[in-house]
Amino acid sequence: MLSQENLQQFERLQKFYPTKKALTLPVLWMIQEQEGWISVEAMMYVSSLLEIPVGDVYGVVTFYTMYNQQQRGKYHLQICTNISCQLRGADKLVEHACKTLNVQTEENTKDGRFTISKVECLGSCGTAPMMQMNNDFVENLSVEQLDILLNELK
Amino acid sequence: MQLDFTEKLILPNISNLHQLSVYEENGGYQAIRKAFTMQPDAVTNEVKQSNLRGRGGACFPTGLKWTFMPKSTTADKQTEKPKYLCCNADESEPGTFKDRQIIEFNPHLLIEGILCAAYAMGIKSTYIYIRGEYYKWYKILQNAVEEAYAKNYIGEKIFGTEFSTDIVVHRGAGAYICGEESALMNSVEGKRGYPRVKPPFPAAFGLWGCPTTINNVETLCNVPHIINRGWEWFSKIGSPKHPGTILLGVSGHVNKPGVYEFPTGILLSDLIYEVCGGIPGNKKIKAVIPGGSSTMWIRGEEIDGVRMDAESLKTVGTSIGTGGVIVMDEDTDVIKVLSRIAHFYHHESCGQCTPCREGTGWMEKILHNFESSEATLEDIDLLLDVANNIEGNTICALGDAAAWPVQSVIKKFRGEFERRVRKSPKVSSSIKPPHLVFAHATP
Repeated sequence: MLSQENLQQFERLQKFYPTKKALTLPVLWMIQEQEGWISVEAMMYVSSLLEIPVGDVYGVVTFYTMYNQQQRGKYHLQICTNISCQLRGADKLVEHACKTLNVQTEENTKDGRFTISKVECLGSCGTAPMMQMNNDFVENLSVEQLDILLNELK
Repeated sequence: MQLDFTEKLILPNISNLHQLSVYEENGGYQAIRKAFTMQPDAVTNEVKQSNLRGRGGACFPTGLKWTFMPKSTTADKQTEKPKYLCCNADESEPGTFKDRQIIEFNPHLLIEGILCAAYAMGIKSTYIYIRGEYYKWYKILQNAVEEAYAKNYIGEKIFGTEFSTDIVVHRGAGAYICGEESALMNSVEGKRGYPRVKPPFPAAFGLWGCPTTINNVETLCNVPHIINRGWEWFSKIGSPKHPGTILLGVSGHVNKPGVYEFPTGILLSDLIYEVCGGIPGNKKIKAVIPGGSSTMWIRGEEIDGVRMDAESLKTVGTSIGTGGVIVMDEDTDVIKVLSRIAHFYHHESCGQCTPCREGTGWMEKILHNFESSEATLEDIDLLLDVANNIEGNTICALGDAAAWPVQSVIKKFRGEFERRVRKSPKVSSSIKPPHLVFAHATP
């Protein structure tokens, strides 16, 4: 399942860890970056690659919130709603994004382009409110800027 | 007044400092060269005498922590276990965003701090545990580590000495609890981030059962300065019992939020009004959380004379935590904010300990009832009772972190809860812990 490049990376990383199991998180990241999510088949593959029980892999995937157990939209908009963002209007942003795209949080839009999530603190409190769009942080966000962004991505 | 201090140790105003060449042009990697001319114990002693205290929240003396690591002797070189260092770059506490700035603007300072620590303690490998959401910063850090490897500043026989050490950037995947040291170690080992029962402490039984030290990013960044300029110089900066500069991340209702570096002991009122430009609309301050979401709140009128150091904040019943200052103006609904905090801790509880797993959800539910004016007067004491029963009864400090804000807000803003109850149509409390009721009803 891992691409050739990722397999090489896996081999390279092994010398830095005394156990194969320690590579669970890095390998799951590689798979998620390749496939977009972690399927049951992927968990079985990781189990066999690292020689650990599949239950251990499942335990890790379900514990950490960033491993997607289902396919997400092409643009995953994760809006921080914790204190600093809340104080600067994050709840309005979530409401506005859901209304504009006509979806609930965690639901993909019908065209598969967007998913909106409410997430915990993303460590960008000084530039609140903000969201993470795939791997990028979009900071000092306003309803107007959100509209511009959504129109560009539609 | 501390505002005339212009030298920034951790975040100096130098363009492209993240590049190794620029870092070296500005005196970088001199501290590790100097450290190699000293005995490892002398390096630890320098840090110990500087009285540097950890910047990750607990304020524990860093040099003292390093002395807990077992010492290598010639006789047991062949049989001794490897020793590890973990750099905690998880930074998931709401209101905290300082380590991100260090990684972005000065990553080689962190690497140099790690190298000094590794030499002092005889460390074989360091794992920098960075939160999964910091993808951009993970890349920056990875790039800096690769630059240092390319110049043989990390790896085999570094700087032409006999000392070898590795640095690995390990990416988390979204779990606040992994900022707790033992949960962090489990996560590095490829497991769920469950905190471990202590003792044994990491210095005796850490990563893979080997001696391990865990330090915060900002803590390690102070070390090269201490080695370069000596413990006496460092110990004279800022507050005597909590010396050095500190990164303060200010957010919420201020005109100029951001990360600021000042000597410890800057007045909280100066920080808010002089540095951060005051409150939008010139409103009054209702409350301040001084050190991230887990620290006790203080009322706006209490901030006069309070200094940003461990000792001064203790006098008003709170702590400096991670230096993440959250300011709330007079129009803030404190119950709504507290409810959001309770949701956070419920969401992030790992679920190992019953008081935390059940109690955080119970507190959240009660606070939701206050928000929607469905709570009663007895619910104030019920909420306090739940918080008191979580505190001190869990494996790790997440339970305490969930309880402290609740306890402090009830203490400081009880009137807000009472006013909300008066709007309530209900007469008596009907809130029970839902999980427990369900458990009894199920065969």
